[in-house]
Amino acid sequence: MDRLTHLYRQIILDHYKNPRNKGLKDDPSYHTIHLKNPTCGDDITIAVKREGDNILDVRHDGSGCSICCSSASVLATLMQNTDVSHAKTLITHYHAMLHGEAFDEALLKEAAAYQGVKQFPARHKCATIAWQAFESALKEEGE
Amino acid sequence: MSSRARKEDFPVLKAKDVAYLDTAASSLTPQVVIDAMNRYYEQFPVNVHRGVYELGYEATEAYETARDRVARFLHAKREEIVFTKGASHGLNIVAHGLAKTLGPGDEIMVSELEHHSNYLPWVEAAKTSGATLTFVNLTKDGEITEEAFLKTLTPKTKVIALTYVSNTMGTITPLEKIIPHARKQDAIVVIDAAQAVPHMAVDVGQLDVDFLAFSGHKMCGPTGIGVLYGKEDKLNALAPFEFGGEMNDYVSKTSVSYKDAPYRFETGTPPIAEALGLHAAIDYLESITYSRIGAHEKALRDYTMERLKAIPGVIIYNPHAPTGIIQFNLEGVHPHDAVTAFDQHHVAVRAGHHCAQMVMHWLNVPATLRASFYLYNDYQDCDRFIESVQAAQDFFAGVGF
Repeated sequence: MDRLTHLYRQIILDHYKNPRNKGLKDDPSYHTIHLKNPTCGDDITIAVKREGDNILDVRHDGSGCSICCSSASVLATLMQNTDVSHAKTLITHYHAMLHGEAFDEALLKEAAAYQGVKQFPARHKCATIAWQAFESALKEEGE
Repeated sequence: MSSRARKEDFPVLKAKDVAYLDTAASSLTPQVVIDAMNRYYEQFPVNVHRGVYELGYEATEAYETARDRVARFLHAKREEIVFTKGASHGLNIVAHGLAKTLGPGDEIMVSELEHHSNYLPWVEAAKTSGATLTFVNLTKDGEITEEAFLKTLTPKTKVIALTYVSNTMGTITPLEKIIPHARKQDAIVVIDAAQAVPHMAVDVGQLDVDFLAFSGHKMCGPTGIGVLYGKEDKLNALAPFEFGGEMNDYVSKTSVSYKDAPYRFETGTPPIAEALGLHAAIDYLESITYSRIGAHEKALRDYTMERLKAIPGVIIYNPHAPTGIIQFNLEGVHPHDAVTAFDQHHVAVRAGHHCAQMVMHWLNVPATLRASFYLYNDYQDCDRFIESVQAAQDFFAGVGF
């Protein structure tokens, strides 16, 4: 089960079992995006609180497989207390990693744990749905 | 039936070492079907019903012979066989046409078992006509019974649109018991037979259905082709769904008229190679015989079910289903995580909602796993599947799921 162990890294399992930033705040200043993967039932909500270009907080909620749920948690911890321009750089590197292209592992920190996903094209969607929701939240609020 | 010999008939099973247990989504294609489609492209790759030259005649002959073959297969008349893109297309044709005959106060009976293909067309038909959808209650095993059917049937029921075999629960709707009740009040019976026709003999005359739809790609045939059967008078009473070349009789600036069934529903160039492929698939299935196919699937399903039941932590949603479909989950493991683990053992099983979200709501789960068996599976596939289930459980338990 080598490839499987490569996919299910410790960081991923840790975020799956102990998700960070989970649960939405009852606060209208958060910009919220809800995305579903209708083929498998993954259902993710990402909420972003910004002040200008600064990302103050990222929350997530929903249900889905371990790759999907953990990636929302990793994304939230990675993106909070950063700014929009840095967030966009991280998004670019994350997608590059999943497509087997060059990326900065140090920059992606815990999100680099998802590099095993590139060997499982059928699971790309699981690893990107939270990121897509986050990207949409940034766009809708105005980059 | 020797499934070893059957495996030899399927090029993909010779090329790839896989226990393919997702026939309910799409079946594999035997060489005879591929050859039949190639025959079209190699020998008479031209349009049908148009060219007066010899090649055009050969293509038309082959295409119309495929229609005759389907008619014989279903015990119908050739005028009652419409070639479609698939079951979804056929059901859309019927729902669209019948919607024009319905109005407020009329009822369309469906069930929670329906594949989205036999539900959404009726949702839209209800919207445009003002008719109401009613739902037959299911037993705890996901069955539609005669009793439940009678409770839902009212004098206002104008259309009964039900699945023959559920693509998730694997249950069989007792059509022979319920259709006589529909006949007493002139309700139109529309059957989604996509999961039935690949696995059991279907005689539309004996069943006395008005419309019945299925797809080629679940019965060893090609993708992109299906069949809509309709009683001749019912088909001709149905408004055409799509308009264009070949479906018309006469076209001028001031008037148009349309052909009779089946041609009024076949505008544009049809899937000709696919019709030949479907013809070959029917020959193939009938050469094996449905009684052997059914018995083989049941044996594999029973063998697998018994082993699966013995594994702690496996939740089975349809332990009593009479067909070759097993719907299950691994406790604490999301279906998508499970299938990735199965795939490492070259076991192809479906994860998701199977285009039947109402069944998922009924079961109160977000998604499930589904293993389905067909004529090319053998006991080795079942063993490999069981091993992959145990290995997946071990792996996910090991990482602390």
